[in-house]
Amino acid sequence: MTTTLIGQPVTRVDGHAKVTGAAKYTAEISLPGMRHAVIAGSEIPAGRITGIDKSRAMAEPGVLAVLTHEDLPKVATQPVLTLSLAGTVAHGQSFFPMQDPVIHYAGQPVAIVVGETLDAATRGAELLDVTYERTESITVIDEGRDRSYVPEKILAGLAPGEMGRGDVAAGLAAAELTVEATFTFSANHQNPLEMSASVASWDDGQLTLWDATHGPTATQMTVASLLGIPASRIRVITRFVGGSFGAKAMIWAHPTLAAMTAQIMHRPIKLALTREQMFTGCGLREDNEQTITLGAAADGRLTAIRHEKLSITSAYDDWAEPALSGSGELYACDNFAAVYHLIKGNTMTPTFMRGPGETAGLAVLECAMDELAERAGLDPVELRVRNHADVDPVSGRPWSSKGLKECYERGAELIGWGDRDPRPGMRRDGDWLIGMGMATAIYPVYPLMNPQRARARLYADGTAVIQTAASDIGTGAATVLTQIAAEGLGLPLEMVRVEYGDTSLPFLAASVGSTGSTAGGNAVHLAATGLREQLVAQAVQDEGSPLHGADPELVDVVDGVMVGPSGSESYGEMLGRNFVPETEYLGTYQHRVDDEHALLNFGAQFAEVAVDAALGVVRVRRMAGVFAPGRVLNQKTARSQLMGGMIWGLSQALLEASHMDPRFGRWANPSLGDYLVPVNADVPEVMVETVEVDDPFINPLGIKGIGEIGMVGMAGAIANAVYNATGRRVRSFPITIESLL
Amino acid sequence: MHAMSYARVGDVASALAEGADPDSRFLAGGTTEVDMLRIGVARERRLIDINDLPLNTIEDLPGGGLRLGALARMSDVAATPSVRERFPMLVQALELGASAQLRNMASMGGNMMQRVRCGYFREAGMPCNKREPGSGCAAQGGFHRGHAVLGTSEHCFATHPSDVAVALVALDAVIHLQGRYGERAMPLEDFFLQPGDAPEREHPIEHGELITAIEVPAAPVARTSLYWKVRDRESYEFALVSAAVAATVTNGVIREVRLALGGVATRPWRARAAEQMLTGGPAISDAFEAAASAELAPAVPHPQNAFKIELAKRTIVRVLERVSAA
Ligand SMILES: Cc1cc2nc3c(=O)[nH]c(=O)nc-3n(C[C@H](O)[C@H](O)[C@H](O)COP(=O)(O)OP(=O)(O)OC[C@H]3O[C@@H](n4cnc5c(N)ncnc54)[C@H](O)[C@@H]3O)c2cc1C
Ligand code: SF4
Repeated sequence: MTTTLIGQPVTRVDGHAKVTGAAKYTAEISLPGMRHAVIAGSEIPAGRITGIDKSRAMAEPGVLAVLTHEDLPKVATQPVLTLSLAGTVAHGQSFFPMQDPVIHYAGQPVAIVVGETLDAATRGAELLDVTYERTESITVIDEGRDRSYVPEKILAGLAPGEMGRGDVAAGLAAAELTVEATFTFSANHQNPLEMSASVASWDDGQLTLWDATHGPTATQMTVASLLGIPASRIRVITRFVGGSFGAKAMIWAHPTLAAMTAQIMHRPIKLALTREQMFTGCGLREDNEQTITLGAAADGRLTAIRHEKLSITSAYDDWAEPALSGSGELYACDNFAAVYHLIKGNTMTPTFMRGPGETAGLAVLECAMDELAERAGLDPVELRVRNHADVDPVSGRPWSSKGLKECYERGAELIGWGDRDPRPGMRRDGDWLIGMGMATAIYPVYPLMNPQRARARLYADGTAVIQTAASDIGTGAATVLTQIAAEGLGLPLEMVRVEYGDTSLPFLAASVGSTGSTAGGNAVHLAATGLREQLVAQAVQDEGSPLHGADPELVDVVDGVMVGPSGSESYGEMLGRNFVPETEYLGTYQHRVDDEHALLNFGAQFAEVAVDAALGVVRVRRMAGVFAPGRVLNQKTARSQLMGGMIWGLSQALLEASHMDPRFGRWANPSLGDYLVPVNADVPEVMVETVEVDDPFINPLGIKGIGEIGMVGMAGAIANAVYNATGRRVRSFPITIESLL
Repeated sequence: MHAMSYARVGDVASALAEGADPDSRFLAGGTTEVDMLRIGVARERRLIDINDLPLNTIEDLPGGGLRLGALARMSDVAATPSVRERFPMLVQALELGASAQLRNMASMGGNMMQRVRCGYFREAGMPCNKREPGSGCAAQGGFHRGHAVLGTSEHCFATHPSDVAVALVALDAVIHLQGRYGERAMPLEDFFLQPGDAPEREHPIEHGELITAIEVPAAPVARTSLYWKVRDRESYEFALVSAAVAATVTNGVIREVRLALGGVATRPWRARAAEQMLTGGPAISDAFEAAASAELAPAVPHPQNAFKIELAKRTIVRVLERVSAA
């Protein structure tokens, strides 16, 4: 390969369409004869429906139908929670609504109102008279504390409810220093700008579904299993997605409800969730309590880590965000124990939200490490370096690559860590107390469970098309896939177009858990390089080619021209001469299970905050993040992703909270006016860098993913900076003004 | 949202004639009104668009006062040089409110009439005395971190959300109204009613009566003035606590002071008790703290908003320190 497109800060290929409004999102799809469906959600969190009076709704002009559990078909198979990472069905919960009158959570769909227009359907839903019999509910931890249990497995059976190694009691007994603290986290909702939506259209038993999702293939298989029709009869199209952050990572009820409604109405149907329904329709990050205990020798070396988490799950799934595993992986420590405690409550099954697991768990571990550093009289960075895990503490295997010490070093340099006064409350700037804090970030490198495919096709005019089913949820995937394809084929960027977001293209799993670039990138890389090899092989065998007889190893491709030791010609010339209009290659990437190495993504994050000494207002002044995510595919989109993650961390630390009103079992602030996310004025100078690590083991492209890692350490770093500024350890997130008065 | 009809009127007489329809509402910038219609809190079936009325002027009055037309946009008022020069706190209160886009749409009259942000008020089906008189107050015992501690009643304790009204109340502004039977004017402070046992009634305005202008009398004291807003995020959020202050301090003595609070009361809260204690006294922190404590003495806390009492006191001290140092 002679070009070096991979890594270049190439501008988004879809940027123009997005800023001009030409990019059509799912809710903007309009089909001839299409009608609008609106979900009416349960007003109670527990109990049953005793009656639904449709008359007022049906009397509203433009309302065409009201469908209830009595009208909707039964699902063909009962859904079972399955992670979208699996690449197959991706049921967000083991429950499908509108099958019977039982209510498990507020907002659960109880009826679908169909209208000529969206307004008519919305009005109809407002006028629907549903009566309920309410029973007792559990929607906050305090209501169910005495009923908690330890699940056998969490995460759809993929992770144990309890884990550990060594002997924590012995480790704590041997400790000269201990830290024990309990932290609480508010519930959070992902709140992407684009609300979830599906458009369903049946034609002769074939279903076409436009769906806002991470994984068109996941929607296809999930809807197929619920409707009981072959996947081959469903085509799912997802062209543009306006963010997700986990809200669209699993497949929830609405695409299937849209398909069922379209079948009943004999019309194409659009079903879009409202902002408020995004709080009860796509999972959430559950509010939780975590207790951590650290034991350490006087020199700061960890002797024991115990980490427990308590949270609410749905009546039918054992869901816990996997917050605890990180505490067992980050530092060298022989004794580790972690336990998830769950309470069955009246919520839908919680789900992924950006940085799932590590984001909440590491905030706790890294705040406790800050306390330990103070007890040990050590600089927080030095404490972490002393506990650096040279090999994976879980498996004992060497890392495929690491780079964490370099991240600490560079991050400290960027933020000016040397200026930090270890004594809290010492730096002042007018009304403001100034402090600095840091934390480590890690994120798993999830294995892909099935073959990931992409097709490369070259036309005789020299242009190429890359096809793969994946969707671009706004990360820049389409752009990096174009770069990878162009580099693999030896073509300039403008000669390559990527087609994506469509199940009629080769299979790709949902892009979740920072695996999108790994799946799509490696499949496209193999497709493009495979096609290039195929074309070169053809040329050296072609008697009419100036490359005839050349050693394929010695042939390079530059701007679509195959250059051999003794002659050259373009792909197009060769294909044209042989009357071949186009030629294709299917690339298949199968994750190779590596028994010799441990895989993990690393970074270090730093923050400088200002806290108004009298008024308790916290403002972040600077953030620095340095990450070692393997090979960087596009410096521009990577920087944006990592920066976005860091801003998410700021938001988690200081702003985001969904408030449950347990009397009603309903969210009290389901709007962007009351669920706060940062505005530009909250976002300070954000410094983002990556350190190069060469990882030959992880996958052909050497990439670890960048979607989540940027967020993971930020909340801990900010909380530690608030302590350094004020001397107050705030142990509830978000950190609010009242906790600092 | 229900179906409705719409009329656009060009003069005050037609607006008043249309406004006689009891099933009608005025539409100015729409930044509150459209929300209310969407969430079903406003149920009237006719919208009377008053944006063409000649009520958008911003005039300097002889002697240094101001007359703000009811339809003057928040952004235009804030950008007016004489306002910037004479009434800094008015400009700050405007510019710290909402967002630039909203301020371009939002009118001064509409701002006075904006509705509370209490989540239960905005959520159909929840008990709320303001929306459904007699149905109860879900915020009590519910989520009420943003709610008021002053001017509350057992029937309602939703905070009045406006910023600019706080500065205007501190400036003794007067509001001008015109109805089918004539014109009247009243101190702006009296235009905001405390909830008492009738939280559904927020203003002493008749249905179909039009706000025509807000007059701000000359106030040399306002040249040294400040509006301070405390909130979780740096912009685009209502106040947890805010304070508008203007003061003249000579030789360490407070000659004149104006103080009003936002974010903590059921209406823009003129801090008269504090003003009285401060006037003629020394401009020192102890005096500021004593005045702040006196003002907040009648505050009624609820579990989630109790912190506002301390926060309000500290904010008062902060703004007084700032203006007296200026
Ligand atoms: C997201 C958001 C954030 C906001 N943040 C802030 C903030 O931080 N600080 C702040 O102070 N405000 C804030 N606001 C409120 C905003 O300032 C008001 O919505 C705005 O001032 C209302 O003016 P309008 O012209 O849009 O009124 P409209 O919405 O058109 O009308 C509001 C009400 O006033 C009535 N009305 C309007 N004009 C007249 C008149 N001349 N005579 C009689 N009745 C009239 C209408 O009938 C209606 O009932 C925010 C609003 C939003 C949506
Ligand atoms: S505080 Fe007022 S507005 Fe809020 S629920 Fe109670 S009565 Fe309604």
